Amino acid sequence: MTEHNEQTHKAGAFDIRTFIGALMGIYGVILLLVGLFSSDGRTINLVTGICLAAASAFFILWARLRPVRVPDHLDAADMERPPGH
Amino acid sequence: MVLAADTLRLDANWVDYILIALYFVFVLGIGILARRSVSSSIDFFLSGRALPAWVTGLAFISANLGAVEIMGMSANGAQFGIPTVHYFWVGAVPAMLFLGVVMMPFYYGSKVRSVPEFMQKRFGTGAHLVNALSFALAQLLIAGINLYLLATIVNTLLGWNLYLSLVVAALIVLSYITLGGLSAAIYNEVLQFFIIVAALLPLTLVGLNRVGGYSGLEDKINDAAQLNSWPGTNLTGITSPFWSVVGIVFGLGFVLSFGYWTTNFVEVQRAMASQSMSAARRAPIIGSFPKMFIPFLVIFPGMIAAVLTSEVAKAKQSGDPSFDYNDSLLYLIRDLLPNGMLGIAIAGLLASFMAGMAANISAFNTVLSYDLWQDYIVKDREDGYYLRVGRIATVAATVIAIGTALIASNYTNIMNYLQTLFGFFNAPLFATFILGMFWKRMTPTAGWVGLVSGTLAAVVVGVLSEDALGGMSVGAIGLKGQGASFVAAGAAFVVDILVSVVVSQATRPKPDGELRGLVYSLTPKEDFHDRSEGQLAWWQRPTRLAAVSGVLVIALNIIFW
Repeated sequence: MTEHNEQTHKAGAFDIRTFIGALMGIYGVILLLVGLFSSDGRTINLVTGICLAAASAFFILWARLRPVRVPDHLDAADMERPPGH
Repeated sequence: MVLAADTLRLDANWVDYILIALYFVFVLGIGILARRSVSSSIDFFLSGRALPAWVTGLAFISANLGAVEIMGMSANGAQFGIPTVHYFWVGAVPAMLFLGVVMMPFYYGSKVRSVPEFMQKRFGTGAHLVNALSFALAQLLIAGINLYLLATIVNTLLGWNLYLSLVVAALIVLSYITLGGLSAAIYNEVLQFFIIVAALLPLTLVGLNRVGGYSGLEDKINDAAQLNSWPGTNLTGITSPFWSVVGIVFGLGFVLSFGYWTTNFVEVQRAMASQSMSAARRAPIIGSFPKMFIPFLVIFPGMIAAVLTSEVAKAKQSGDPSFDYNDSLLYLIRDLLPNGMLGIAIAGLLASFMAGMAANISAFNTVLSYDLWQDYIVKDREDGYYLRVGRIATVAATVIAIGTALIASNYTNIMNYLQTLFGFFNAPLFATFILGMFWKRMTPTAGWVGLVSGTLAAVVVGVLSEDALGGMSVGAIGLKGQGASFVAAGAAFVVDILVSVVVSQATRPKPDGELRGLVYSLTPKEDFHDRSEGQLAWWQRPTRLAAVSGVLVIALNIIFW
């Protein structure tokens, strides 16, 4: 948001949106398969599967289009502060 | 077959187990990746500090979305219906907005590492010890309850022996915490939030569809007290509608919920981790938006369970006092969800209970290591030493939680009463904090004396009530159920304020110079704001965002009046 005028690069592989998108995508595909091959509660599984797949696409697209930007010029003092406290 | 009908079993098949196993792979994966990135790459740290506000906001409410919340609120929904929404729309949401707008500037601005540490700076040792000890004890207890409910799910699902389930569940949580640590906990909480929504939203919609929509649900419940949020006499157990409303607004809303949401370190910790003052203030405010819609995902399924599932419906009609409404959600899941969706629902419940327990234990660790061990037992050692203390405390807390869970499995009622008792510790905290933040004359002695006498006042009301503390209650005043807790909380607040004011007149306050950042009138206004705040868009400004949330929650209150 405020970093646009600074030098930045993309953060590494770790982006929680990718994780959420991946898990929801796998869940969606499994539910779709269950819905296709089993007649028990077919509508519930198919509809939820489609919604999960759509949510997955949303998160992955979001992560692609707006990656986490990290400023290049961080000094040591900034890094010593743990994120949790 | 008669026996089988009595025990609740979810018929999970291999597809469901795959879905559950996948969730664990992701949880552990986040833990391992977080750990590796911390040691090998600066990116993880930085992306951690560049956490967008929606992440801290979701983590803020996810930390509370544990077993007690999901099972307890759906049980309340099954038993009392719509009035349960007060826990959210009168309780949690206004309190979260108050935290973001009024209190967070003190927490974030004073650079404390924990809520008890704020007590230490403002009031010194007495109040600090009372707060840190009662908080640490309560976390162990609640971790045990979360663990017990987690083991119950495993027991229900797999048919395992309860004790075996307890130990296995505890080991899973332990590895999750030690692998993930505090930083990965926040990521896992965000993932957990979406899995819970993915589990409960379809359940609610399928259930509503089955009863013929909300109007069908209204027809079947057919009880005005269960379908209108006010005056909520069935929830409070207070027969007078007027006093019932007072109990809800003042006891549940102003004292209990404000006390919980604004002083409970489990939640406040998430907001404190933010990168700037305005981000820290935004975290609870952003969290309030999803929070106000959670009632639809927990209370509605409870209400639906009470008309759709034979067990809950029967117990509700006959008024069976021995029926455990906490199982309502499980009955509904059993009756409505086909294999496939079932796996996601179980994964969501396991996720919530694990994350709830992990949040309890990680907040316990911080308070034990920093506030108790470092301040009172072994001072001035290197940072690594306290890190080791924290690790040992994690294992110890897990072992103790197994013990508490065992007690809970044998004496369900005792645990309820203990929880009520710890609720009494929470009630006066808010009074002490708010008075201390806005009245510079309040003295260190008043800090701890006010807390102790407020807690005692709550205990006295609990003992005098009919059943708030079980066998210890004598029934001298005609209050029972949740209403007794609300009145106890209200008494704690009033007594705390009165005693603090009186004691402050007789004792010496801290010098003004030590109270900058801790008391409103002694803190320069610019300490409470980022310099860049003027450039933020309206939805990035805490107070405007809070106003939008406030309007929405008032609208919800009116719709379900």
